[in-house]
Amino acid sequence: MNDMRPAERAVTTKDIKFECRNCDVYYGDTHAIKDVSVDVEDKTVTAFIGPSGCGKSTFLRCLNRMNDTIDIARVEGTYLLDGEDIYDKRVDPVQLRAKVGMVFQKPNPFPKSIYDNVAYGPRIHGLAKNKSQLDEIVEKSLRRAAIWEEVKDRLAAPGTGLSGGQQQRLCIARAVATEPEVLLMDEPCSALDPIATSQVEELIDELRENYSVVIVTHSMQQAARVSQKTAFFHLGSLVEFGQTGQIFTNPKDPRTESYITGRIG
Amino acid sequence: MDRSNEHIVRAYDRSLEALQAHIMKMGGLVEEAILEAAEALALRDEELATLVREKDAAIDGLERMIMDEAALTIAERQPMASDLRVILAAMKIASNLERIGDYAKNIAKRTGVLAQMGSIEDAGNATRRMARMVAVMLKDALDAFVQRDAELAEDVRQRDLEVDQMYNSLFRNFLTYMMEDPRNITACMHLHFIAKNIERMGDHVTAVAEQVIYLATGTMPEEPRPKGDRTSRSEHV
Repeated sequence: MNDMRPAERAVTTKDIKFECRNCDVYYGDTHAIKDVSVDVEDKTVTAFIGPSGCGKSTFLRCLNRMNDTIDIARVEGTYLLDGEDIYDKRVDPVQLRAKVGMVFQKPNPFPKSIYDNVAYGPRIHGLAKNKSQLDEIVEKSLRRAAIWEEVKDRLAAPGTGLSGGQQQRLCIARAVATEPEVLLMDEPCSALDPIATSQVEELIDELRENYSVVIVTHSMQQAARVSQKTAFFHLGSLVEFGQTGQIFTNPKDPRTESYITGRIG
Repeated sequence: MDRSNEHIVRAYDRSLEALQAHIMKMGGLVEEAILEAAEALALRDEELATLVREKDAAIDGLERMIMDEAALTIAERQPMASDLRVILAAMKIASNLERIGDYAKNIAKRTGVLAQMGSIEDAGNATRRMARMVAVMLKDALDAFVQRDAELAEDVRQRDLEVDQMYNSLFRNFLTYMMEDPRNITACMHLHFIAKNIERMGDHVTAVAEQVIYLATGTMPEEPRPKGDRTSRSEHV
């Protein structure tokens, strides 16, 4: 069936941002990701859904080499960001993570001021020549994360003193401060109330004008609301990948149908 | 016990089952209304016609109930995929059934007037045949709904052509009677509205069948349905 909001969701002739081919991940003896191939389009929100332990977060973490930090993890396959292999020996993972930002399930602001939380990335990557330029980046990032109005008068206050929803938006501001091209979000709203969730979803919708966003979520409704493409993972395999409207109204695979309708399967 | 096709939350299954049970109940009442309205007309049975008119309230009540249940289930469960389609289809089917019920009621109203007039030869029997055909189509469409049978639904959709053709021929007959004797005009006007009502019922049954196809396959039928009502283009017999 046609997509639910065709005008908003036109996803034709989009550039491929991430091209992932035949990806496998092993944690020791556990085969966590089995031969997954996915294209993540530019300026598009892609949702990864699936039951706990299906590998969606593991796969997300491959996209900015977060699995490098786990000793027993072994990553195989091709991951091309704009055609370049991110697992190439010459690629610096720190630089990569500036390009491919990440927001985690639990807000994790640094135990620093609100200002320094956002300024941290631009400082280590040398994105600002002077203080006024840094101020600009901080303000722009906080505005993008829809939290500027709430914190502009207390930028020196500790980030940890904000509410959960504000902390999460602060973390998003921190993630966008380095001007990433891709933003990975691992259940960004699972610790938030419905109002903060709506604010983050509105933000995701705005971010997709400039970025490619990949979001892992346990909320089917959230995936349906914010994404244009949806991938369903099950037992480490990619079962179905397609237009979000089609996945949620007329999935092709019975495993997808069982999962999204809450059946035992 | 195999629960593989059931929801983890059993109350969700119960809500969807109740919704479909009410569609079937409503469909049964509408089917009865069609047959009884045609029967009352053919036999000039005013008592039966009054009964049909009274029963329409129950049909309307079921439609309201189905809409309430659908709204509540959407709010409670945020249905997806086939569950979502069941609810959307049920809502549309309910409003189509309600319209068919209204047409049956209208036929019953005209029966009262017609009973006071002289008979038009065979018109009662012809409309009764047409009504029976629509009632069978409705029954099949509802069976297809329960069985998720897109093939049977498509068959129903195709059969509407025959209803349209019967209407065409009745339309021409009535024109002939009216031209033969102007005293036939009042009765023929009523009979024509009755035939038109049955033809419209067929269209609503077709819409029900299309919802069943959507429910079963996830897509609305695309190829145009055969249309046999040509009376809008006829200038004379």
